[in-house]
Amino acid sequence: MKRSAEVVIIGGGISGLSTAYNLARMGCRDVVLLEKDSLYSGSSGRCAAGVRQQFGLEMNCRLSKGSIEILENLNELLDYDRDIELKQGGYLWLLHTDEEVEIYKKNVQLQNSLGIESRLITVEEALKIVPYLNPERIKACTFHQKDGHVNPFEVSQAYAEAAKRLGVEINIFTKVTNIKVKNNRIVEVLTDKGKISTSKVFNAAGAFAKDIGRMVGVDLPLRPERRQILATEPVEPLLAPMVISTELSCQQEPQGSILMACHGPNDPEGTDVSSTWEFMEEMAKRICKILPVLSNIKVVRQWAGSYTMTVDAAPILGSVPELEGFYLAAGFSGHGFMLGPMTGVLMAECILGKEMTIPIDKLDIGRFERGELMREPAVS
Amino acid sequence: MSNKDDENTIVCRCEDITLKEIRDLIKRGFKTVDEIKRISRCGMGPCQGRTCRQIVMMEIAKATGKDIRDVKLSTFRPPTKNIKIGILAEAAKGEGDEEKR
Repeated sequence: MKRSAEVVIIGGGISGLSTAYNLARMGCRDVVLLEKDSLYSGSSGRCAAGVRQQFGLEMNCRLSKGSIEILENLNELLDYDRDIELKQGGYLWLLHTDEEVEIYKKNVQLQNSLGIESRLITVEEALKIVPYLNPERIKACTFHQKDGHVNPFEVSQAYAEAAKRLGVEINIFTKVTNIKVKNNRIVEVLTDKGKISTSKVFNAAGAFAKDIGRMVGVDLPLRPERRQILATEPVEPLLAPMVISTELSCQQEPQGSILMACHGPNDPEGTDVSSTWEFMEEMAKRICKILPVLSNIKVVRQWAGSYTMTVDAAPILGSVPELEGFYLAAGFSGHGFMLGPMTGVLMAECILGKEMTIPIDKLDIGRFERGELMREPAVS
Repeated sequence: MSNKDDENTIVCRCEDITLKEIRDLIKRGFKTVDEIKRISRCGMGPCQGRTCRQIVMMEIAKATGKDIRDVKLSTFRPPTKNIKIGILAEAAKGEGDEEKR
């Protein structure tokens, strides 16, 4: 392991890996990335593999639109000899109440104003997209064709390999134990495998970002929560888009398995990612009401991950005022993977003091003290 | 299975992955069962690794010079056996759901 680096990145998920690649691409190659487990073993590798642009906050819309546009060409961009398995089958959002219809109408207006071609559709139109849908309880839907699926492992791996080729040093199974600060400046990162002197640390530790913040005396307003998910056996194509609502999400992967997730009963706060039987029953009950055709399909596996929530369900990006050289991208509230490609571009620009492709000031940590909260309505 | 001729042997029957593919992934830098599982889907199919897990562990041990006892097992995920969604949903109804028919 290197003894010194211009930038040390903590976290080997999508945010850390895509930032590492973008730093190197922009000419900053003296970068060390530290991951306590294997790459993308945290939230990035545990997510539901969905990517969408249907958000209700301008910043989330812009980050996600930019990310999906990058994903559309990622194999070529990163010269990846495998395939990231992008499938733009759309996201079909089920709206169950008049109140939801009103909120999502506004979301669609915002999305359209930013060049995202989502639309409010009737239940009849939705049935043409997903014929197996049970129309009871659905008032209307929103749909956006360019949303869809991508393989989180392949995307993360593609970034890791491209970063390494450009000279980034990636150390897995290397745990950060402390960070030394002198006169409000970062000076050194301590790990269980040795020390690295540096003046810049990028905290991309996902559910553990709060712990990294504590090492430098910065209290990050983050609250990790467990979310659970299951995968079925592979079956013939049944669902083209992701079917999503405030109650659940359900999408068929290109290889045939169906992934289903929901905010289960009694999912605790914290970083515990154990699975529960309670979730399985609740998930099965909810999905059988929406897509009864799935009742004959077998579950093969369940797992859990963390949603790292902020109070306004929008991420925190940028630097920290009282501490020079400390940067973070955290609190994606369950959407860090899908916003990852753009996060990497923006955080590299931010760390290198370059002109920003999209200004991120609104997502700064100071908004919580100023009371300027964003409030993303399309996250549950 | 050290002979080159055996490299077409299917290691993961659910996902149709050959011994050669596993060896290539190890060469590419994937040195744990979980890492190989995530990138290749080896062990993610209906049998959940019952056949392939040990073969992958053996290959990692061989390539890294480790004793197989020191190769980390992949995470075992519930359920133990595949189970139909409908059966789970019925079970949930049986537990005092108002919509029980």
